[in-house]
Amino acid sequence: MKSNYLNDCTSWVCRRFPMAKLWNDHMAQYYAPKNFNFWYFFGSLALLVLVNQFITGILLTMNYKPDASLAFDSVEYIMREVPWGWLVRYMHSTGASAFFIVVYLHMFRGLIYGSYKQPRELIWIFGMLIFLALMAEAFMGYLLPWGQMSYWGAQVIISLFSAIPVIGDDLSLWVRGDYVISDATLNRFFAFHVIAIPLILVMLVFLHIIALHEVGSNNPDGIEIKDSKDPWGHPVDGIPFHPYYTVKDIVGVAVFMFFFATVIFYMPEMGGYFLEHANFIPADPLATPEHIAPVWYFTPFYAILRAIPDKFAGVIAMGGAIVVLFLLPWLDRSPVRSIRYRGGIYKKAIVLFVISFIGLGYLGMQPPTAGATIFARILTAIYFAFFLLMPIYTRWERPKPLPKRVNEEPGLEDRIPAIKQSFAAMTHDVPETRDGHTVMHTRPDASGIAHELSKLGRKIIRSLD
Amino acid sequence: MSEQGVDNSKRQFLTTALTVVGAVGTGYIAVPFLAQMQPSTKAKAAGAPVEIDISKIEPGQLIRAAWRGKPVWVLFRTPEVLEILATDTGKLADPDSLESIQPESSQNEFRSIKPGIFIAVGLCTHLGCSPTFRPEIAPNDLGPTWNGGFFCPCHGSGFDLAGRVVRGVPAPTNLDVPPHHYITDTLILIGEDASEAST
Repeated sequence: MKSNYLNDCTSWVCRRFPMAKLWNDHMAQYYAPKNFNFWYFFGSLALLVLVNQFITGILLTMNYKPDASLAFDSVEYIMREVPWGWLVRYMHSTGASAFFIVVYLHMFRGLIYGSYKQPRELIWIFGMLIFLALMAEAFMGYLLPWGQMSYWGAQVIISLFSAIPVIGDDLSLWVRGDYVISDATLNRFFAFHVIAIPLILVMLVFLHIIALHEVGSNNPDGIEIKDSKDPWGHPVDGIPFHPYYTVKDIVGVAVFMFFFATVIFYMPEMGGYFLEHANFIPADPLATPEHIAPVWYFTPFYAILRAIPDKFAGVIAMGGAIVVLFLLPWLDRSPVRSIRYRGGIYKKAIVLFVISFIGLGYLGMQPPTAGATIFARILTAIYFAFFLLMPIYTRWERPKPLPKRVNEEPGLEDRIPAIKQSFAAMTHDVPETRDGHTVMHTRPDASGIAHELSKLGRKIIRSLD
Repeated sequence: MSEQGVDNSKRQFLTTALTVVGAVGTGYIAVPFLAQMQPSTKAKAAGAPVEIDISKIEPGQLIRAAWRGKPVWVLFRTPEVLEILATDTGKLADPDSLESIQPESSQNEFRSIKPGIFIAVGLCTHLGCSPTFRPEIAPNDLGPTWNGGFFCPCHGSGFDLAGRVVRGVPAPTNLDVPPHHYITDTLILIGEDASEAST
């Protein structure tokens, strides 16, 4: 290689620091399966949102005051008087919800493709710890604006600790640092939110990625690409992460940014789901808002808490709903990873699980009426049944034979003929005469649409077997 | 490193001894680190008793005051309300307040020193939301069995107008009654029992 200033400089560093080795091990020579699909965008998107939260968070800290008498006004000051403060604040608050959307989809990917299964148990455990740290981070961050919802949400969640027998009351006193939520609580939550938890998050993300790169990524077919290698020792179905997936992820980032920017600029409160209306009223320790609910990403667990008519049992159930997720690698006894080769029982179980999770999320936002409570109890039972009966039903099912190599996914171009055909079936041409000319017009065809829909329905039902 | 001539039992002893000393040291430094998150002296001192003047309270009215940062309610109950409280006890989880927190002077049928004046900490014993005051009989949203009381909007716990919790809701006990006594007929001191005041 021609010697020049840059090369000399690089080799000076490389003799002292394994820069090239790190780059190759984790980017240029990290072989990822070539059949990643839509679901594989969310890992790198989670990293992007983490960076967003760090940058906007640091900027917000420059104007925010963690003091019970100043906090609410300092947030309004950021919104109205700090140049571009509104943008930074909305990027941070929308980023929190985006983080959970991305992470829930990332976890769902792991669930359907069995990414938690041997030998990736530790990746799943580290990931669950990230999820836990993220919940703590979001919860503590929500107290900082010191609005009504901040105050009463924190009051409810900290009171959860007091349900623990014997030490509960002292524990919640210790967490609050006062007999009620007060300035002391706000100040320490600020410390946890900006220093302690972010440090833990970064360390856990590091461990998550190191563990992933040690065993290699799973893929939608759930088979090991390391089982078939080329003469150079590289997996035949693997491609280097850089440039192939770095470039592909940029497309995901662009699409994500499109949605992210739309929310920030046009609906930053998301109709009360991302920033709740009651939080625009300063905290009042003497009056709870008429309807209080946590932010959407906590509502499934909150609905489980409310469904149980006993204080301690409710807290245990809510904690248990998260603990069972940790146990997933050992609850699943199926010999195959991916849903593509699993039996029908697991597919139906996943559908029920998704219904229960979304249903609980919805009920957690609604007032606790008698009817809603009964629904929440049924859905809670389904949620736990999905996990606790898993060792039984995953042993029953008959998996389909696994392929030796990963499947080639049909690209968009390969799908065009099928799309054209289905479009033709759903329309018919109508001749129309105008000014002596006969023109053919394409119009929707009711029976054709019905036929295509029933075909789609049959296909979905077939895919559940 | 050569393993020759190594006395493994001595090495093991030194390792164990150092680990124990290190653990004790960690334990000692953990105490101040954890204890500094306890309420400060200032926070502890802020729990002074407060006076509430009830000379202007109307029948059926609820007054709110703050004591130790918590809402305290004073409710003027009419004879009709007391009649309901005395009879409608079948739905209650702890009608005699055996499991609940109240000063001795208020552990009675109406959970108060004077039957007409009810005083309670306005925080649900479940997870600490402040229940809403719903004195009306059988409103649409709370159903025909509702005889007036407090309803917690967070998790749906119901209490009657003596702060007694109904059965089958998440709240485990009745609303707390704070220590209090009458300085005069119209002036109440919250935070101190009559017995404490005399000493």
